[in-house]
Amino acid sequence: MFVNQFLFLAAVLFCIGVYGVVARKNAVLMLMSIELILNSVNINLLTFALRSGSTDGHVFALYIIAVAAAEVGVGLGLVLLVYRNKKTISLDDLSEMRG
Amino acid sequence: MNLFASESEVLAPLASGWFLEHAWLIPVVPAIAFALIILIGKRLPMKGSELGVLSMLSSLVLAAGAGYQWIQRTNSASEEQFVEPVIKSWSWWQSGGFNFGIGQHIDGLSVLVLIVVAFISTLVQIYSLEYLRGDRRYTHFFAALTLFSGGMLAMVLADNMMLFLLGWEIMGLCSFMLIGHWWEDDANSRAALKAFFTVRTGDAGLLVGIAMLYFSANDWTQEHLGVSGFSIRGISAWALSGEPNSTVITIAAVALFIACIGKSGQFPLHTWLPDAMAGPTPVSSLLHSSTMVVAGVYLVARLYPVFFVGLDILGSGGNLIMIIGAITIVISAALAFVQNDIKRVLAYSTVSQLGYMMLGLGAGAWMPAVFHIFTHAFFKACLFLGAGSISHSASHHSFDMKRDMGGLRKVMPITFVTWIISTLALCGVFPFSGFFSKDEIIDNVGHNGYTNFMIIGLVGAFMTAAYMTRATYLTFFGEPRGASAGENLHDSHADHDAHAAHDAHADHDSHEAHGPHESGLLITVPLMILSVLALGSGFLNATPFGESWERMKLWVEPRHSEFAPELHHAPFTWSKASLSLLIVFMGIAISWLISTRLFTKRDPRLVGLTQRVKILGLGHKFLVNKYYLDVLYEKVIVRSIAYPIANAAYWFNQNILDGILHGFANSTRKLSGWVYQNIDQRIVDGTVNNSATLTKSIGTATQPTQSGKVSQYGALLFSAAAIAALVLVIINT
Repeated sequence: MFVNQFLFLAAVLFCIGVYGVVARKNAVLMLMSIELILNSVNINLLTFALRSGSTDGHVFALYIIAVAAAEVGVGLGLVLLVYRNKKTISLDDLSEMRG
Repeated sequence: MNLFASESEVLAPLASGWFLEHAWLIPVVPAIAFALIILIGKRLPMKGSELGVLSMLSSLVLAAGAGYQWIQRTNSASEEQFVEPVIKSWSWWQSGGFNFGIGQHIDGLSVLVLIVVAFISTLVQIYSLEYLRGDRRYTHFFAALTLFSGGMLAMVLADNMMLFLLGWEIMGLCSFMLIGHWWEDDANSRAALKAFFTVRTGDAGLLVGIAMLYFSANDWTQEHLGVSGFSIRGISAWALSGEPNSTVITIAAVALFIACIGKSGQFPLHTWLPDAMAGPTPVSSLLHSSTMVVAGVYLVARLYPVFFVGLDILGSGGNLIMIIGAITIVISAALAFVQNDIKRVLAYSTVSQLGYMMLGLGAGAWMPAVFHIFTHAFFKACLFLGAGSISHSASHHSFDMKRDMGGLRKVMPITFVTWIISTLALCGVFPFSGFFSKDEIIDNVGHNGYTNFMIIGLVGAFMTAAYMTRATYLTFFGEPRGASAGENLHDSHADHDAHAAHDAHADHDSHEAHGPHESGLLITVPLMILSVLALGSGFLNATPFGESWERMKLWVEPRHSEFAPELHHAPFTWSKASLSLLIVFMGIAISWLISTRLFTKRDPRLVGLTQRVKILGLGHKFLVNKYYLDVLYEKVIVRSIAYPIANAAYWFNQNILDGILHGFANSTRKLSGWVYQNIDQRIVDGTVNNSATLTKSIGTATQPTQSGKVSQYGALLFSAAAIAALVLVIINT
């Protein structure tokens, strides 16, 4: 089995996700990037699950999908509320927590 | 497999039909309608109420079709033949070797109750269109009302105890939602909770009873009938087979009867029922006539063999059902005398009438009791809807008879006539429907040898006639008072903020004459239909006119059945009937005389009698406080459980925990004095001051990283993770 290809794909997705989280200013795009990161982790889990022949990885992947769905729900809710209060979703403008 | 296979092959085949075979659709329709109302109700032109009314109408059509075909089925059977119920069963779910079925058990009893429930529900929903117009939770009201009827219908046609339990609990939930419909008012939500918890107290008995019956009957039913121990038919046959251990079946019957006490508002768990008047009037009408409270009576009638064998019905002396029923008749009728709220009078009268049904069932008068369910549903629904009509159009949303009613017979002729017809039916005056059912119960109780209980029944009939006359007098006769006289039309808005719906309605028609007036057609037409039935439904089983008039007995009573006990009927004699009629007329006459003297002429011998005669005053106070049962439940029982626990915790806290703490604190204080001088001041403070300085300088140095920018934090996080990953890789290689 070509484990390397899968792992490589996962690594690439992960890096794109990290880039998105760090570089994007739009909150929605950042949430999407987080989804990418989670899915790259899923690919890793599934790859190793297939290689070892156990179902644990599949179960975890399903868990992650469920949790990710909940997380997106909460995240978008936050974005919506932020937009209502500030009329912007640019992350650079949200720096009340500055030290 | 089938006990009756050999027998019925010889006899003529029984007629069946589409409606009988598909009776399970009757509760499915309202269940679907409920889901639709919740999902899309608010977007529909009539806010979902049309779905509720339509679903109840189609349930009524299905039930009526089933009723017609059931009559055909009984007619197709010969006189000596057992009319087999139409039973269908599917597997619902399986778990650990238990097979829970779902299905229908259609026989005369269930068809009768199905028709009554569907009929009353339809009328109540039509009535609610007008009564709740503009309510703030209009859609939710219709959703809950529809589900409520669906629950009752499912319970009635259940073929096994699990489905029965499901319908029973759906009703419990919906009654909570409906009683607390105007939950912004604290009293309403408390009444809803009280109803829910009181009924739940009894429900524990239902669970115990079902489990006991299952575990003791399952082997027998599997072997002889091929059905599980949940099957109603199986349990009934098992109970009569002589097989069951008498202790087991007695405990199971008592447990099930406790559930009936809770649900059907029997003594001593009747306290929730009058408080349930907090709900909108259509809810009270539905709850108290055909659904919910009838459920307990229905359970006894449905599993009659279990109670018959378990509680030794027809044995010498009284049994639990009769005693509870008899107590309930008298104590609740007595309470009805001291109520000023018209709906509470009706509520106690419902409790009392349910007592009659229980008394009948307990004394082996199965058919009269079931017939009383039928007739009572019509006249009680009519009375409640009439009370609602008065409050809606005449007394400005007040239910207080002494303050806001009186003299309404002239302004509300239709409500008045329907009310009088239903009152006479409730009192049991010939030829109104209540006479044929209630008198049959009393007669059969006496016939089966329970003379004492028959006397209690007659006393109850006297009291019923008397308190209904008092209520009728206060409402419709005498001089108009309060809101009925047109007073306080505008001030009372504030008193009734819970009825904002009505206020909206009041504003809507404020350009009309705003005094008391007759209600609209959507309210009066259901009243008229119900009063016609209150007058006429008794003729379906009119024992005085001979065998050929006893249609209901022919259709409903199981004959030559191996899962229903054989019962005998008292022969009707006019002498006994005229005795009870005389008692009823005496009740009406005496109460009428006292009412005119007391309420209109203000006779000085009667006014203030309870203040002057001490023993009467005490009795009055005892009744007004509802025998102190509420006090007993809330203050004594709840507190006797909660208080000792709280007291013990407090004592433990004060003496043991605090003692340990104080001793510990004293020694610690001495030690700390020394520590403060030597360690704290010198060593610790020095360290702390130094570390604070250090921290401050580090903080100042790293402050720029706390930019408040999420992406920067992310970058730091990921780079730290990357470095940690690198370190891991290096260490591992």
